[in-house]
Amino acid sequence: MSVQVLSRSDTRDAAGRATPAGGRARRFLRRRGWLRLISPVAVVVLWQVLSLTHVLPVRKLQSPVSVAHTAYNLVTTNSPTYGTLQGALLASAERWAIGLSIGVAIAVVLAVVSGLSRIGENTFDPLLNAARSVPLLGLLPLFIVWFGIEDLPKILFVMLGALFPMYVNTFAGIRSVDPKFGELGQVLGLSRWELVRHILLPGALPSAFTGLRLSVIGSLLALVVAEQINATSGLGYMIDTAEQFLANSTIVVCLIVYAIIGLLVDGGVRMLERRALAWRREFVP
Amino acid sequence: MATRVRSVSKAAGATTTGSAVATGQFAASVQDLTKRFGSRTVLDGLSLDIKAGEFVALIGRSGSGKSTLLRALAGLDRDVSGSMAVAEPVAVAFQEPRLVPWKRVLDNLTLGLRVPEPTRVATEALAEVGLAERISAWPLTLSGGEAQRASLARALVRSPSLFLLDEPFSALDALTTISMHRLVLQLWERHRPAVLLVTHDVDEALALADRVLVLGAGRIAYSTIVDVPRPRDRNHSTLIELRLRLLRELGVSVGDTGELI
Repeated sequence: MSVQVLSRSDTRDAAGRATPAGGRARRFLRRRGWLRLISPVAVVVLWQVLSLTHVLPVRKLQSPVSVAHTAYNLVTTNSPTYGTLQGALLASAERWAIGLSIGVAIAVVLAVVSGLSRIGENTFDPLLNAARSVPLLGLLPLFIVWFGIEDLPKILFVMLGALFPMYVNTFAGIRSVDPKFGELGQVLGLSRWELVRHILLPGALPSAFTGLRLSVIGSLLALVVAEQINATSGLGYMIDTAEQFLANSTIVVCLIVYAIIGLLVDGGVRMLERRALAWRREFVP
Repeated sequence: MATRVRSVSKAAGATTTGSAVATGQFAASVQDLTKRFGSRTVLDGLSLDIKAGEFVALIGRSGSGKSTLLRALAGLDRDVSGSMAVAEPVAVAFQEPRLVPWKRVLDNLTLGLRVPEPTRVATEALAEVGLAERISAWPLTLSGGEAQRASLARALVRSPSLFLLDEPFSALDALTTISMHRLVLQLWERHRPAVLLVTHDVDEALALADRVLVLGAGRIAYSTIVDVPRPRDRNHSTLIELRLRLLRELGVSVGDTGELI
């Protein structure tokens, strides 16, 4: 009986260690998630093809190349109607950042208060659940009546978009910490504060991160809506004005910018999450 | 040396148990302890004393109240009547290691540790249980045996007067359990806490303890001293006899040569 040795095609890296077939270049590509870009890029290519072949009419939606051209113009020309794209982006980003951070901060405080005591829960939870059920869109006109047409109602709106997902998830996270750790805390003689700091809050962190990512989306949505009504600056204002001039590609550019900032911030949150939750062993099927 | 005493006393026996422990002679003193869950009485006027430095094993059938007693001694269950005093500090090792997953092993040990040099003390304790290389590991990356060893280290780092173990090895495989027995004895011989080991395993009780108690009908039904020098050979005649006796006390039908009947 002969024994056959099966060999893998091996490459050696700089230090002479064997690396799996394909070498470092292929591993770099695989690791950085470049694969995730394939489908969006494919969609853009498809879009361009559909525009070129006139399957997609120019009146409805212009080609990606044309949209890129418009974006370039918006960035370089400071038009009296729109201002520049960067200017609009800055105005929107500022509102978003303020509304998101305040909303998240308030949500965390409320979640901790509700999570740590029955009285807190009975006070705040019913209120928040009721408020959550009111459709945000319906509130916007009311906000304008109450808070005027400057930045305040918009920021408050963004804040609300961030508040509810963060509250719900953080509260659930605190309550889901295994009571066995509560017993452990007792046995180790931890003070109430130490219990909160070392056991309850870190234990709630995974759920809180989920809440944070949902807040990012929710507040961005709220921003898009709020900026289209009675705005004088920002991407939403740009969209609104472009609508009046029937400048579709401007609208598309603005929407893409919204999407990009959303993705960037979400990516940032996910990176933070991976660092903060490095202790988990995740089941990836 | 004055011992700190924690008392749960709702009866006249309060002073007896309290003073017995305060003298330092006993690590735990329980008198007339009763615990009810609704209409079910789990502990029924149970009394027991554990001397300082003594290794006691408590065995009993499932549901006999072993864990209930341990939890009462640990202070986790205050809803009991009778009187009880324990010498503090009390350390507990649970059946699951209960390491906080978001803290590294070393930080798990120093959590709540109020001594002058917590990191040094914790590192030494981890070395003692053979985990010197895992001090920066995340708990979820430890094997069952390693995690339980960390849990033991965490208990011992507090220099307990009373060390309570609630079936700590029942989730481990047989080989790991053997090395854990060896480790527990080593740690006990070096640090000399009083130990109460709750277990369902008669052989474990006989291998480790000075005294074995059987819990039945809510109280100590049987108690025996194991007067065999350590390390013990399972086939020692005294141990064989005791095993038979204990199994019978637990209600297992065994013949005179140990066969199940």
